[in-house]
Amino acid sequence: MLELSHVYMKFGGVMALDDVSFKIQDKSLTGIIGPNGAGKTTIFNIISGVYSPTSGRVYYQERDITPLKAYQINRLGIARTFQNLRLFQRSSVLENVMTAAQNRYINSYSETFWGDIKPATVREPRSKYTFWEAISHLGRWKNSEQKLRSTCLDLLKRVGLADRAEQAAGTLPYGMQRRLEIARALALSPELLLLDEPAAGMNPEEVFELNDLITGIHKYFDLTILVIEHHMDLIMKICPHVICIDFGAKIAEGTGSEIQNNPKVLAAYLGTEDEEEF
Amino acid sequence: MKRNIFLIAVGIALAFWPMGGYQEGIIILMCINCIAAMGVSILTGFTGIFTLGHAAYMALGAYTTAILTVRYEIHYIPAIIAGGLIAVLVAWLIGVPTLKLTGDYYAIASIGLGEAIRLIIENWQSFTRGSRGFPGIDPYTTRFLAVFIFIMLAIFTFNMLESNLGRELKASRDDIIAASLLGFNTPRTRMKALIISAFYCGIAGSLLGGYMSFIQPSMFDMMKSTELTAIVVFGGLGSMSGTILGSAAITLIMEYFRDISQYRMLIYGLLLVIIMVFRPEGLMGSREIWDLFKLKIRRRVKNNA
Repeated sequence: MLELSHVYMKFGGVMALDDVSFKIQDKSLTGIIGPNGAGKTTIFNIISGVYSPTSGRVYYQERDITPLKAYQINRLGIARTFQNLRLFQRSSVLENVMTAAQNRYINSYSETFWGDIKPATVREPRSKYTFWEAISHLGRWKNSEQKLRSTCLDLLKRVGLADRAEQAAGTLPYGMQRRLEIARALALSPELLLLDEPAAGMNPEEVFELNDLITGIHKYFDLTILVIEHHMDLIMKICPHVICIDFGAKIAEGTGSEIQNNPKVLAAYLGTEDEEEF
Repeated sequence: MKRNIFLIAVGIALAFWPMGGYQEGIIILMCINCIAAMGVSILTGFTGIFTLGHAAYMALGAYTTAILTVRYEIHYIPAIIAGGLIAVLVAWLIGVPTLKLTGDYYAIASIGLGEAIRLIIENWQSFTRGSRGFPGIDPYTTRFLAVFIFIMLAIFTFNMLESNLGRELKASRDDIIAASLLGFNTPRTRMKALIISAFYCGIAGSLLGGYMSFIQPSMFDMMKSTELTAIVVFGGLGSMSGTILGSAAITLIMEYFRDISQYRMLIYGLLLVIIMVFRPEGLMGSREIWDLFKLKIRRRVKNNA
């Protein structure tokens, strides 16, 4: 489904990612762990096209997506959330989700003469209407707005925010803002969902609910999920497959228990015995 | 729907209420200012691109319409539309290289571009008569025409803001990175906003030319541009009804103090300072006026229950 091959990312003199390669299976739920500053978010930024890597390639469904821009990658079916929330604060909760839902693209590619892919340009017909219909409120406007609204409300119900639909997104409590971000990403009906530290700043109770939410989404929407987290417990509970990153390099990969017993991982999280002597 | 009926009712009242020539003039000026301010509001208030050069698009509209009607004797209605379209064309040409700039950088660029357009008009003597101005424009801007165009554009604007285009603009205003990761081609979004706003300003300029029947480049200098942006900030960034109320209020206040015209800018400045101190978000914040009614009704329902 997704493959990173020998990705390097340099910021000035800092090597943020140092030869990272991994593969993610279709419909899997994979976790990426690592201490703070290990380069986890950089991986997401490269996959989603915010940065382009210094060298290395990213393949999505066997296609090279490295040169594509963020919005093009998104239209191929990759949605993400952010570590530091990026909601549209002033808009209502419903409007936040609708903004994403109106932007569903049919997963269609075309290839250029040189074999590069051109991403989807075909909007899903449900939410489609022209500029003239939009300014006159004639034609398809009413129908598609109503459909969009009801699908978004359904989605909000699923994440437990339906009763807050009209509230401004910036006024929601923190945990709910996180849920809203997930809902907004889901509204794009992606095939690959990237969750960047979904549990950051949550209390244990909220983390518990989040566990259920993520596993529920994974089952119900039948998609591939990649989660970044440095809370070990969350990842260990929900992810069958875990990748561990430290100082920009992949140090381990495997099932939860394999990772937990891996000496390199323990060293990254707890420090080695040699260091403790100093 | 209710809103559109309300707007049409206001339009009928403005267009047909019996009044003297002076009041008619104020109404026309108010409509023109509102149209231009709506244009700037789409760009500044709803897409988050500060501009200090939109008077240039008014100038383009005004000169296009003036030249078409006077020299080529074209009927004023197609000439007004052409005025808007020329502004759109120039905005598109300008937007391609500059809209990659974000934040304050675009504002600076827009000052330069606005002044450049004005200076081109001023120095292209053979075509525009330069700084002597362009006299003898047929006074085609009647009260009915100004109100009709204003109400039509207002309805279009409010409708647009409730559509996917409106949400797209707001998304790129609130968080451009999030917007691009929701699949919006953000440079293109910004271009759409610039083009629409240039069209509005072009139309406003065309109407201004027909109202004054004389235009000159100094009418569209940086003062005018800053005034447009100030009106939008005054009304509240992200509130179209605030923009309309604000520009109507400022037009009326400026007219009221016409007798002491040398102090008018003083009052204008004072007004802006008062707004800054007491309502830093602008007259309406980012709410529309009907949101306030809704809130009041909800509160009343709660109190009764």
